[in-house]
Amino acid sequence: MSREAAAPIPRLPAAYQARPSEWSRGWRRFARYRPGLVGLAFILVLLVLAIFPDTFAPHPYTQIFRGMRGAPPTWGHPLGFDHIGRDVLSRIIWGSRVALIVGLLATGIAVVIGVAVGAIAGYVGGWVDSVLSRLVDTLMAYPLLVLLITLAAVLGPSLVTVVVIIGLTTWAQYARVVRADVLSLREREFVLAAAAAGASAARIIFRHVVPNVMGPVIVLASLGIGGIILLESALSFLGLGAQPPTASWGGMLADGRAFILTYPQIAIAPGVMISLTVLAFNLVGDGLRDALDPRQKDVTINR
Amino acid sequence: MQRYVATRLAQGVVVIFLVSVGTFGMMHLIPGDPVSLMLGEGRVTQEQIDLIRRKWGLDRPIHEQYLTWMGNMLRGEFGQSVVRSGVPVRTMIAEAARVTITLNLIAFVLSIAVAIPAGIFAAVRRYSTFDYLIMVAATVGVALPNFWVGLMLIVLFSVVLRWLPPYGLGSWHGYVLPVLVIVIGQLALLARLMRSSTLDNLGEDFARTARAKGLREGAVVVRHVVRNALLPIVTVIGYRLAFILSGTIVVETVFALPGLGQLFVESVNRVDYQVVQAIVLLLSVLVVLGNLATDMVYGLIDPRIRIR
Repeated sequence: MSREAAAPIPRLPAAYQARPSEWSRGWRRFARYRPGLVGLAFILVLLVLAIFPDTFAPHPYTQIFRGMRGAPPTWGHPLGFDHIGRDVLSRIIWGSRVALIVGLLATGIAVVIGVAVGAIAGYVGGWVDSVLSRLVDTLMAYPLLVLLITLAAVLGPSLVTVVVIIGLTTWAQYARVVRADVLSLREREFVLAAAAAGASAARIIFRHVVPNVMGPVIVLASLGIGGIILLESALSFLGLGAQPPTASWGGMLADGRAFILTYPQIAIAPGVMISLTVLAFNLVGDGLRDALDPRQKDVTINR
Repeated sequence: MQRYVATRLAQGVVVIFLVSVGTFGMMHLIPGDPVSLMLGEGRVTQEQIDLIRRKWGLDRPIHEQYLTWMGNMLRGEFGQSVVRSGVPVRTMIAEAARVTITLNLIAFVLSIAVAIPAGIFAAVRRYSTFDYLIMVAATVGVALPNFWVGLMLIVLFSVVLRWLPPYGLGSWHGYVLPVLVIVIGQLALLARLMRSSTLDNLGEDFARTARAKGLREGAVVVRHVVRNALLPIVTVIGYRLAFILSGTIVVETVFALPGLGQLFVESVNRVDYQVVQAIVLLLSVLVVLGNLATDMVYGLIDPRIRIR
């Protein structure tokens, strides 16, 4: 047999060819839900505004225009002026920064804690599970806003405080979901195989179990960001969020309430922005749920 | 069933205990010494400080302080307000609770009365304009901050139309706007829930059996489907108690209603921690009891739950 005439490699039958990856299939399923795409576009625009507010805001957010207190919109100031004569549009743009920082960072903290606690409780079981589960129950028993108001007041209100306390108090829902999923994963063959191969509990939990519960967690997290932005705005509205002169939408609404009878138009724009942002995150969450975790429906996680 | 009740009760007691420890601990996070907070800037000798510490039991170890405090709470002795000196916290809470309960009860009855028929109707007429409207309203409804809805209602009804007072409780008119805000928040969500629950049950075997027996569709819905569709609503309402209580805080602040929410926020701002502590504990115990009661009721009306 001569070596020169190597036979060409036959093409594999279609069934064996590389299928589109899990991610691209997920994206295709997500893209089928139009409102989710609209929400995603809105969030991306907001993200750009929040990263470069000084490029897009027409005026500094603290600049006071004399004699323009509560003045209605003009060409140069399409959203008008607030109660001390600052440009509302510029403050709205800067406010997107606070909303996104709190929404994303606090959710991140909550997911990390919740996944760790849920995975450990579900995998280790026994008294560890009992202790962690009662901890979750306890956290769920507090009306969230009551807890946050108290903590913000006790620790001193600031942007950092808000991120930390929201992150530290909203992880319970993730822990519950992850624990329930881990309980069923624990008995599956690949986990037993890893254990038989001598992997440590920590390795099994974080290398084998956790990646398999991330789908529902991502869905829950995307649906939770909107709720967290609402919480942040409520705290700022009560004066317990980021402190003035920082521009936050909730804080702008607090000014709006104080001057509601004299300058009622101040209270319109920040509320519209909060609603649209929360709506956008919720729509993306709905789309992700359809794409990643079709089992869940109608879960609302507000407290 | 007895075993189920016993387990849930035991868990509830443990959670209430942990909630009390958590609340007590949270109040000890306050930076600074409670005595110097109480005395303010006044000049006092070390002996006087020691005297006060002994009088309030602050010289004793922390677990003893907790036990004394918890004992007082259990007997309903919430202490006296530091700011409004001499007024028992219990009186302040009782007065405020009346406003909060009235407000939420009216709002609750109204939302249920509208949401349940609306949800059933949307499910029966699936894909109709009305159904579509309910779904859109529910999606938009959860995204609206309730305090902003309140502000917009003030602008519309008090500033532009001048029909209703913007805040305060001078007369029953003061309740109209806050009730409306809470109803708007609950209505769409409950209607959507009732819709999906009705839809689930419309496809069940028992509904098909009823149809096969020759029952008219209307009778199938009213006699068989609705009764079963109400089950998830009961639980959701029970478990949402914490959420409802959170909502009332902001709404009361917007409309300056002298309820529990406003008392709480004012006490936080005035550093009146006796009041804050009592309200936090009261509300969270209420939530635990609400969840327990919901579990019990659910176990009673749905026998499937008991077998676990």
